[in-house]
Amino acid sequence: MGLVLALPISFGQVYGNRFLKALIAGYEKVLRSIPELVILFLIFYGFPRVGIRFSPFAAVVIGLGFRSSAYQSQIFRGAINSVSKSQMRAARSLGMSNLDGFLHVVMPQAIRIALPPWTNEFTIVLKDSSLAYALGVTELLRQGGYIIATKYEPMLIYLTVAAFYFIVTITINKSLGGLEKKLAIPGFDVKETVR
Amino acid sequence: MNTDRVVLRVEDLKKSFGDKEVLKGVSFTMKQGETKVVIGPSGTGKSTLLACINMLVVPNDGKIWLEDEEVTLAKNLNKIRQEIGFVFQDFGLFSHLTALKNVMLGLIKVKKMDKDAARKLAMQELERVGLQNETKLYPAQLSGGQKQRVGIARALAMQPKIILFDEPTSALDPELIGEVLSVMKNLALSGMTMLVVTHEMGFARTVSDEIIFMENGYIVEQSSPEEMFKNPKNPRTKEFLFKLNELYGE
Repeated sequence: MGLVLALPISFGQVYGNRFLKALIAGYEKVLRSIPELVILFLIFYGFPRVGIRFSPFAAVVIGLGFRSSAYQSQIFRGAINSVSKSQMRAARSLGMSNLDGFLHVVMPQAIRIALPPWTNEFTIVLKDSSLAYALGVTELLRQGGYIIATKYEPMLIYLTVAAFYFIVTITINKSLGGLEKKLAIPGFDVKETVR
Repeated sequence: MNTDRVVLRVEDLKKSFGDKEVLKGVSFTMKQGETKVVIGPSGTGKSTLLACINMLVVPNDGKIWLEDEEVTLAKNLNKIRQEIGFVFQDFGLFSHLTALKNVMLGLIKVKKMDKDAARKLAMQELERVGLQNETKLYPAQLSGGQKQRVGIARALAMQPKIILFDEPTSALDPELIGEVLSVMKNLALSGMTMLVVTHEMGFARTVSDEIIFMENGYIVEQSSPEEMFKNPKNPRTKEFLFKLNELYGE
């Protein structure tokens, strides 16, 4: 959900007019300055007051999604902007439309730039899903809590929970890291060894 | 090679950025097969002139014709830009694509050629600039001179009516300039119409049909290279050429 929201937001921020840019800047400032837990409580406990009611699960998805969209759109905006302007100029001078230039020249390069920070954000969201605990959603942590209640082995169970998170995060990191390597442009970022 | 067919006509072109007037009324024509070199001090609007010709920068006033079509009135600029090649000072190669794909992209996306035909034509053009062995390399793996030759091949492959060169050798090491200039010279000899902004006086003298000296947004003088170098009429032209001479020594 974060990704679906973030893409149009970042496009608006890079290519939009002044009004749109200001609106998005505000959206991001607000969402990035509020702790996730407060956002979740607002959505789950606050919104019913104005007649909008969410299930705990929906509230978590919406809360994490909106907040992550703010962070992700920053990642994409940065990536698009860091593709040199001369790339688009060269595309246009060949007779490509703005859209073609974006799709075939700017975007393929921006994806490569965005991938590492996006991987990072992805794992943050994954781990923050544990906050759903506070709304009573039965996520990994709460499931662990249930088991502890019957077996009373907090150290063992929480270590197991930690291991679950660790394995999932590492796996995602590894596979996205592999994708990064696969997409790398030969000779483009020659790592210099500075001694 | 020259025919009397006019490929490009620029009439009283004006362009301002804010309240700074960069082009103050520039007019000239180019016939098919001609090579013209634009020289002049920095900041006199040479690059802006080129950018205006394919409307990457939209002029404030004046008219531009490409053959019979008025560029300044054109509705479909993308169609016009296909017919005007552009070679950049900073090469402008697509850094995520190999040399071959750099040349092919425009053919496929703009000219809608099928892949095989595009590949064939791209190979041909890369061979023409002497890069038949570097087709699979990415821009970051090429030398500056090779990059610029890919840039030229990319422009050539579109089969433009004219190619504009914006200081094509200014970002190159001295030892790499020669390979680019020799490609350009061969192009000129093969009858391509070329408008070249450059400080390479050797190229201007030996290859161009006419030199345009620009200063402060005006064309101060335009004449054949012999005339320009032996007998410049305008005192500013004299001064500029004298300084260049001092710098590069002959």
